[in-house]
Amino acid sequence: MESILKALALIADPYVLAVIAFSAAFGLFVGAMPGLTATMATALLVPITFFMPPVPALAAIVTASAMAIFAGDIPGALLRIPGTPASAAYTDEAYAMTRKGKAELALGAGVVFSAIGGIFGTIVLVAAAPLLAEVAIRFSSFEYFWLVCLGLTCAVFIAQSAPVKGMIALFLGLFVATIGLENPAGLPRFTFGTTDLMGGIEMIPAMVGMFAIAEVLRAMARTQAHLPPPQPVTGSIFRGQWGLLRRYPKQALRGSAIGTAIGALPGAGADIASWITYATSKRFSKEPEKFGTGHVEGIVESGAANNAAVSGAWIPALVFGIPGDSITAIVIGVLYLKNVIPGPLVFEKSPDIVTALFVIFFLANLIMIPFGWAAIKTFKHILRIPREMLMPIVLMFCIVGAFAITNSPFAVGVMLVFGLLGFLMEENGFPVAPVILGIVLGPMLEQSFVTSMIKSDGSFLAFFARPIAGALGAATILVWVAMAWRGFRRFRMGGAPAVSG
Amino acid sequence: MMKRRTFLATAAAASAAAGLGTLPARAQGKYPSRPIQLVVPWGAGGGTDQTARIIGTLLEKDLGQPVNVVNRTGGNGVVGHSAISTAAPDGYTIGMITVEIGMMHWQGLTKLDGTSYTPLALLNSDPPGVQVKADSPFKDVKELVAHIKANPGKLKASGTGQGGIWHVALAGWLEAMGIKPESVPWVPSNGAAPAMQDLAAGGVDIVTCSVPEARAMLDAKKARSLAIMAPQRNPAFPDVPTLKETLGTDWTLAAWRGIAAPKGLPKEAVDALVPALKKAWDSAAFKDFMNQRGFGMVWGDPGQFAKHMAEDDAKMGKVMKALGIAKG
Repeated sequence: MESILKALALIADPYVLAVIAFSAAFGLFVGAMPGLTATMATALLVPITFFMPPVPALAAIVTASAMAIFAGDIPGALLRIPGTPASAAYTDEAYAMTRKGKAELALGAGVVFSAIGGIFGTIVLVAAAPLLAEVAIRFSSFEYFWLVCLGLTCAVFIAQSAPVKGMIALFLGLFVATIGLENPAGLPRFTFGTTDLMGGIEMIPAMVGMFAIAEVLRAMARTQAHLPPPQPVTGSIFRGQWGLLRRYPKQALRGSAIGTAIGALPGAGADIASWITYATSKRFSKEPEKFGTGHVEGIVESGAANNAAVSGAWIPALVFGIPGDSITAIVIGVLYLKNVIPGPLVFEKSPDIVTALFVIFFLANLIMIPFGWAAIKTFKHILRIPREMLMPIVLMFCIVGAFAITNSPFAVGVMLVFGLLGFLMEENGFPVAPVILGIVLGPMLEQSFVTSMIKSDGSFLAFFARPIAGALGAATILVWVAMAWRGFRRFRMGGAPAVSG
Repeated sequence: MMKRRTFLATAAAASAAAGLGTLPARAQGKYPSRPIQLVVPWGAGGGTDQTARIIGTLLEKDLGQPVNVVNRTGGNGVVGHSAISTAAPDGYTIGMITVEIGMMHWQGLTKLDGTSYTPLALLNSDPPGVQVKADSPFKDVKELVAHIKANPGKLKASGTGQGGIWHVALAGWLEAMGIKPESVPWVPSNGAAPAMQDLAAGGVDIVTCSVPEARAMLDAKKARSLAIMAPQRNPAFPDVPTLKETLGTDWTLAAWRGIAAPKGLPKEAVDALVPALKKAWDSAAFKDFMNQRGFGMVWGDPGQFAKHMAEDDAKMGKVMKALGIAKG
């Protein structure tokens, strides 16, 4: 109790509060810019935190990263540009809601359930960090292999009506992931001797291209299509959210729990959490046929999951100094600089700072609601801009965002090529989201498979030899068999073609 | 009137900053007269990036011009190292180069090596330790070597990607002991932190990586360090012996970081940058940073840096050929 009071005193300092407010605005801005990620928001803050005491330094990073993950939903919903990879799973859903004139409900759900997920993750962080971290660090490549397989299976759920086209898109993404030098053997593949391709295809420019540039091209091809203007605001945008929470409490809880657990794993973060929970939400929904048509249920679950994952990632970072994602990889460096040495003893050695950190987590997720509200109110005016004026601006922001990732014009080229590809795919009924899933998970799939085979001297049985891996493997195979069985039954009943895993 | 003049001056400064890089530096007065770009071949937030950012901040204070850190990542460092080497040698693009510059060309990934740059300053050097899991049966490095000799291929090691610095460190050490490098198969990883986690998870048996990279797991008592591949013990871990003490081998290796510029940098820029870098290296802020992170501080002036790179390059070539990952 005493340490909580001390922590509150540390945070009540006007300087710290000013830092939190500034970082919140900064995180919102960076997250909302297409191509600029939460990781980048954190990295840009690091040189500033060099010159701050520990509490404001950590406050800046926690606040900015939480805000950036939520803010990624804003351009996703309004313009179909996922602001961060964690938003890509449900960008199409949110944009479909915008097209129905329900942009504010989609974004409101984004902010409210992001906050709920973040707070859930924080409670777990406070209550069970050492315990969960012990489990999380037992994950080796064998366990990750099965986790990635489960993640890839989501592509079939996401591609609702055309599972075969979804598979093709997924394999295209997996192929793109093989380009470059960063593979287990360290050998250049499909680089044609160019230095730029050795770096591989960056996921962010590809993602911005497939969603946003494809949308710009579509607007050019069909000039007469107009979005409906935003619905007139009736009362608070949050009123609808209570209804959602009453209607989907299980979804919010499941998203938060899965998000926290995946976030706590050192090798998986908010992006994978978001995909998996979107798929679980659809799988267990009472109305799965509504998914993809502007249905808010999936946004509730995966919106909660990706923010829960941000909090969850701190679990192994604090307890073992092992980053749970790319943001905490940066955070660990900052902790060392501030003489807060991560490790099992951190709770005893720096109790005031750790308690202050927890309080900041709650605070950051709570102020997300007013800040997010203001951001939504501001950004929704984008929809009033005529499309013929909006699209060139979108294009410009995409170019800036793609360039910012690698500081090279090559990324801009990648974005344009993937934009064209995305446009052609969607015109022919191929979903683009599985391509992004393939690019995200491809390197992990290869890495975990190849390293496992080296470790086991080429024996497949090793994938089932460890207890957690064995359980995950059995679960994955069960999901596949169930999917194949359902597809087979539907085929026998003469319905739709088989959905196979 | 005044307003207009300010506007013109601002416009001129902006257009200069916007990259009229073809103008010779001296035409714009004393170096540096506009912002400097510091290219980092590795990702934002890593050890190299953080070192570069603090050096950038200190240089900025000393030189009176903004120093912008730019991450050019990808291709295991090839992309960024190429960007530094191929920039205009006008002193407005410098970069942080790392130990990989002496390795990539042996693998045939690039033609660049240490001689493709104007070396400015060597800042840091971190030797690797030999880490095992906390409950590993090996009490010291002697027992480990005996087990490797008796059971070749049984133990697996990790720490970085295939052919990366810590892979070479392990292979060179085994070679120096008269053991075939294949006796310990290498499990490639995306860096030291995932490898240390895999060690704790029981996925691999040995991790060779620098002591600061292993520190959190060592402090958490999830791993033990049996020896370090350095001439002296690390003051932060005085109980960990050197290889020389325990096994009598002279094998040492270290990952280093330094600042370099494109080849053919004008003398004016070298004379401005080297003292500024030395001042930054000597500063309390830099020392505090390096000590907090546990990074080893080593200073090398341009001559020493060039010599260090040449020696390192030859050593890498020898081991990488023995490993069969060098081309030609």
